[in-house]
Amino acid sequence: MAVMTYREALNMALREEMHRDPSVFVIGEEVGLYEGAYKVTQGLLKEFGAQRVVDTPIAESGFTGVGIGAAMAGLRPVVEMMTFNFALLALDQIVNSAAKMYYMSGGQFNVPIVIRGPGGPAAQLAAQHSQSMETYFYHVPGLKVVRPTTPMDAKGLLKSSIRDDNPVIFIESETLYNVKGEVPEDPDFLIPLGKAIVRREGTDVTVIAYMGMMYRAMEAAEELEKEGISVELVDPRTLRPMDTETIINSVRKTHRVVVVEAGAGFAGMGSEIAASVTEQAFDDLDAPVERVTGSNAPMPYARNLEKLKTPSKDWIVAAVRRVCNANGS
Amino acid sequence: MAVTKVVMPKLSDAMESGKIIKWLKKEGDRIQGGDILAEVETDKADVEMEAFGAGVLRKILVPAGETAAIGALIGVIAEPGDDIAALVASAAGAGAGAGSAAQKTPPRAELARAPAPAGAASATASAPRPAAATPSAPPTPVARPAAVVGAPSAVPAGLGQGTQSGRVKASPLAKKIAAQTGVDLRLIQGSGPGGRIIRRDVEAAGSGAAPAIAMPAAAAGAEFEDVPLTQIRAAIARRMPLSKAPVPHFYVTSEVAMDHAWELREQLNTLEGQPKISVNDLVIRASALALLSHPGVNASLQGDAIRVFHRAHIGIAVALEDGLITPVLRDCHAKPLAQIAVEARDLVERARNRKLRAQELSGATFSISNLGMFDVTEFSAIINPPEGAILAVGSVRRVPVVDESGLGVGRRMMLTISCDHRVMDGAMGARFLQDVKRLLEEPLRLLV
Repeated sequence: MAVMTYREALNMALREEMHRDPSVFVIGEEVGLYEGAYKVTQGLLKEFGAQRVVDTPIAESGFTGVGIGAAMAGLRPVVEMMTFNFALLALDQIVNSAAKMYYMSGGQFNVPIVIRGPGGPAAQLAAQHSQSMETYFYHVPGLKVVRPTTPMDAKGLLKSSIRDDNPVIFIESETLYNVKGEVPEDPDFLIPLGKAIVRREGTDVTVIAYMGMMYRAMEAAEELEKEGISVELVDPRTLRPMDTETIINSVRKTHRVVVVEAGAGFAGMGSEIAASVTEQAFDDLDAPVERVTGSNAPMPYARNLEKLKTPSKDWIVAAVRRVCNANGS
Repeated sequence: MAVTKVVMPKLSDAMESGKIIKWLKKEGDRIQGGDILAEVETDKADVEMEAFGAGVLRKILVPAGETAAIGALIGVIAEPGDDIAALVASAAGAGAGAGSAAQKTPPRAELARAPAPAGAASATASAPRPAAATPSAPPTPVARPAAVVGAPSAVPAGLGQGTQSGRVKASPLAKKIAAQTGVDLRLIQGSGPGGRIIRRDVEAAGSGAAPAIAMPAAAAGAEFEDVPLTQIRAAIARRMPLSKAPVPHFYVTSEVAMDHAWELREQLNTLEGQPKISVNDLVIRASALALLSHPGVNASLQGDAIRVFHRAHIGIAVALEDGLITPVLRDCHAKPLAQIAVEARDLVERARNRKLRAQELSGATFSISNLGMFDVTEFSAIINPPEGAILAVGSVRRVPVVDESGLGVGRRMMLTISCDHRVMDGAMGARFLQDVKRLLEEPLRLLV
């Protein structure tokens, strides 16, 4: 184990996979000479050369299409979106080509591509650059969607994504790039896709969260513990396929659920999880599933308004108190 | 191929009927002899029911949740070509009693009780259209749509589900627990949002504690509740008078010095790779050895004869949430202490999980009931017929004792044997008890 940043863990995963498999290459804006807008691809150009670390024009649809074609021809491209908001420009390539090629070619072409980059709210990036972009992708059959919360998950899940034979949407976060944590240096360390993790054991309520919201939920759990409320924290890690088994097992233990997500709640991940819990564990519920989500508005630029739009520790604490019928509701 | 009748088997001595918990095979499944067909709740335990014939499970006559008398036809195994119509008709028509009657009624009963039955009927439940959509359904029962809609808003928060009909607001978990524990939700005040009954309210009601929110004296009708007898409690209620009234009990009590046994047990339990020995294991072993020397205690009245057993099959009373069950540890006289410890623990655990097999619930020649874990000095037990005696075991207590050297502290345990006077006399019981006492006070005898 070594302690390193989330950014360094991603860089390590890329480097290891490029060493392991010559068909892996990186493509995107500023990934080469500039070493990545967020320095995730630092040192890769020097080490692997311009054939495998490809700088592109500002043309997401184009270079994503190049990646998909390369994947169909047998390579394993890792396409970087400078921020995931820019993937909207490549939406047709991702949704109509990457996700559907295997199905529509009758299994002749699979598309082992990873499309990665930061998404979600950060710090004053305003409406166009603060979106929780996973919601646009996890609705699409044929895509896998990963959101790694810790440096260890960043490494283990990125490596599994690169080795996966399906298109994987891998969304990081600006606010997490400098978070430090323990990361195994073992080049064979993998975290399987579709496996949630219980980050904290508890008995009174299950709080489901990922990325920055998981860190807020951890703070909330600390505070609630002082009130005698024991919070179990579940991090899905992969949003599609979703590990409902781990979630349901937790619900059967705690009988109460709060789902947290940074994006707006309408038709969000919280809705999906609430539906699964209701379908599979209705008789175990002692309270309705509660969602804590971003407000239904574009992200404001002003810092004070940005704070008002984004779920905080206090929002989570209040929701937990409500489902636990504790005072303060 | 032969047609095999699947009948409700007699799975325990006291069983009169059994409830199908669930069918593990469905109609159309191919069956081998020995396949587990269904799980059956008897008065004692949940038991797996085996198939005795091979073929296809052509017909299930008693669905899950229903009860059938012993011997009643509950299913038919046959080859696809075999004609089973007559057999099925006979079951439905003739006096198969509980089986066929129970099978006919449930759909109606379901409908009348709750507006959410399976299949087509559920579509009609939310919109109270007349029963025309399901012609077989009785016309009246899709009841109370107005009350269903009206009740929650009409009632102030926290007050009143009351005893009248009307929708009771309760969490799914609270409903489940209430169903399991027999608590009537209409009699409980909810402490959740808007007066919703949540788990803690049901648990408080079930334990007899005050409801989570103290209610004013207006709580009419909530002074008591009738908790329906579970199968196991019903069996105990039926069986115990059959023992206590006709069987003339007498009791013999003796105090056992447990110092050596305690020491030995502690030593045994430090041995690596050996099973942990409990005091009860020592008592089982001592009783088994004593039964061999005193076969008159290991005996049962059978009409005009006394049957004396040559093997010691000892029933171990295990307390459950809703009653008591006595799995049987067979051939205790021939088993070393470690084996008794392992097998007794396994039986007790499976008894608590209701995972005993039928044959493990019958055939005891003697029983032991141990309340030592409840800090009980001594008690006397009721004989479980047709056995002739039962041994009641108290706690091992540290007490002041007087011996040759003066006053000291020792470990003592009270044993009380209840005996059937028709089978044996006081002296016989006393000699047996004396032997048990000697074996426990010189515990190396338990190891040889």
